[in-house]
Amino acid sequence: MSTRLLIGTRKGLFTARADSAGDWQLEETGFLGDPVTMVLHEAGGHRLYAALDHGHFGVKLHRSRDAGASWEEVGAPQYPPKPEDAEDLDPMRNEPVPWDLKRIWALESSPDGRTLWCGTMPGGLFRSDDAGASWQLSEALWQHPVRKQWFGGGADYPGIHSILIDPRDPRRITVAVSCGGVWHSDDAGGSWHPRTTGMWADYLPPERREAPTMQDPHRVVQCLAAPDVWWAQHHNGVFRSEDAGRRWQEIEKPGVSRFGFGVAVHPRDPDTAWFVPAEKDERRYPVGGRLVVTRTRDGGRTYEVLRDGLPQHPAYDLVYRHALDVDQSGERVAFGSTTGGLWLSEDQGEHWRNLSSHLPPVYCVRFT
Amino acid sequence: MPRIRFTPNLHRHTACEDAETGGATVAAALTEYFERFPAARGYVLDDQGAVRHHMVIFVNGVPLQDRAALSDEVEKDGEIFVFQALSGG
Repeated sequence: MSTRLLIGTRKGLFTARADSAGDWQLEETGFLGDPVTMVLHEAGGHRLYAALDHGHFGVKLHRSRDAGASWEEVGAPQYPPKPEDAEDLDPMRNEPVPWDLKRIWALESSPDGRTLWCGTMPGGLFRSDDAGASWQLSEALWQHPVRKQWFGGGADYPGIHSILIDPRDPRRITVAVSCGGVWHSDDAGGSWHPRTTGMWADYLPPERREAPTMQDPHRVVQCLAAPDVWWAQHHNGVFRSEDAGRRWQEIEKPGVSRFGFGVAVHPRDPDTAWFVPAEKDERRYPVGGRLVVTRTRDGGRTYEVLRDGLPQHPAYDLVYRHALDVDQSGERVAFGSTTGGLWLSEDQGEHWRNLSSHLPPVYCVRFT
Repeated sequence: MPRIRFTPNLHRHTACEDAETGGATVAAALTEYFERFPAARGYVLDDQGAVRHHMVIFVNGVPLQDRAALSDEVEKDGEIFVFQALSGG
């Protein structure tokens, strides 16, 4: 089981570690005072990456070779020069889309650790083959006509928040976009095709409800042992696919709410997944002010509501899309909230322990 | 030679010593400066080379006019001061 949890927050990077007695200790790891929007521990290696959003000073990427004891800044993805005649307008606001890195919202490494993929706002996908020293924009996706139909969901610009790399063939890449659907490439990003059939959006006019470019999958994850099984926590529902996103089935009764941001799937059991639901979408706090995790063990046919150790008095913890994670054993699950709560379970969510109620707003948690 | 100074807030993040530099425009002066301090460039300019949205550059106490191409002229004994709007919490 994983004994380390990285926690990216609005005010820095923290680490929770399990000691020999089984207690979890929380420690400051770096960047205190600075927003850490994403963290990554490279597959099969030892390097850590932390994405920072300095606001005024822009978005930066840092790398550590010593488990976070020291950090060095490496090259952040950079958008290419925007041609003066480029017609690239946000479809909802009719305003120019800036070709400028606004946020690093997804970081993943290929199974062999040789390639890093980075999803960003305003919608560019980048890859690095030199451990983050340099980045190449996926031109095929950026120049694809569908990309210009993407729009921001809760942010000014669209962003790639989920990157699936098929463990059987790392050339098979999938990205999920808010708002802009799910897109798949079989050739390492050379060409892209939509994978949203079966999804629908209740916020659209009826004639556009199934438009691939207008779906808002808040988070898409893939079962490592059954890579064709994908789960999506969508803006208005939970969807599951058994054929790598070619066809999605909506989960009819996903626990206490259809709304939420995060989803985590068991690494070996494609039928087991966790969610942290919330009041839909104009309210966004735990249903009834009671914080719960929902879990299915049968592919979404039935749901359990898990609350042992979670606050059942008025609690307004919202959990962002990257702030829920399960470890490689499938036993340890953790999540952090916008009000600085951090909870961890070592038995698949049956019991929870509160590791902190006073962290800065949590953007992401990742077991390593 | 034009002199370039940066807000102390930026020193926390990247190397950006005050320095004298060449160049008859702000763009030329900064280009020369960033050859010596390359990591500082991305903290001041965006991906298109324009001044970041919430950054401000003064030339002899006057706000930069051309924030896209930084073509404002700077005298030989001029001072370029780079700082940021304060906001957030």
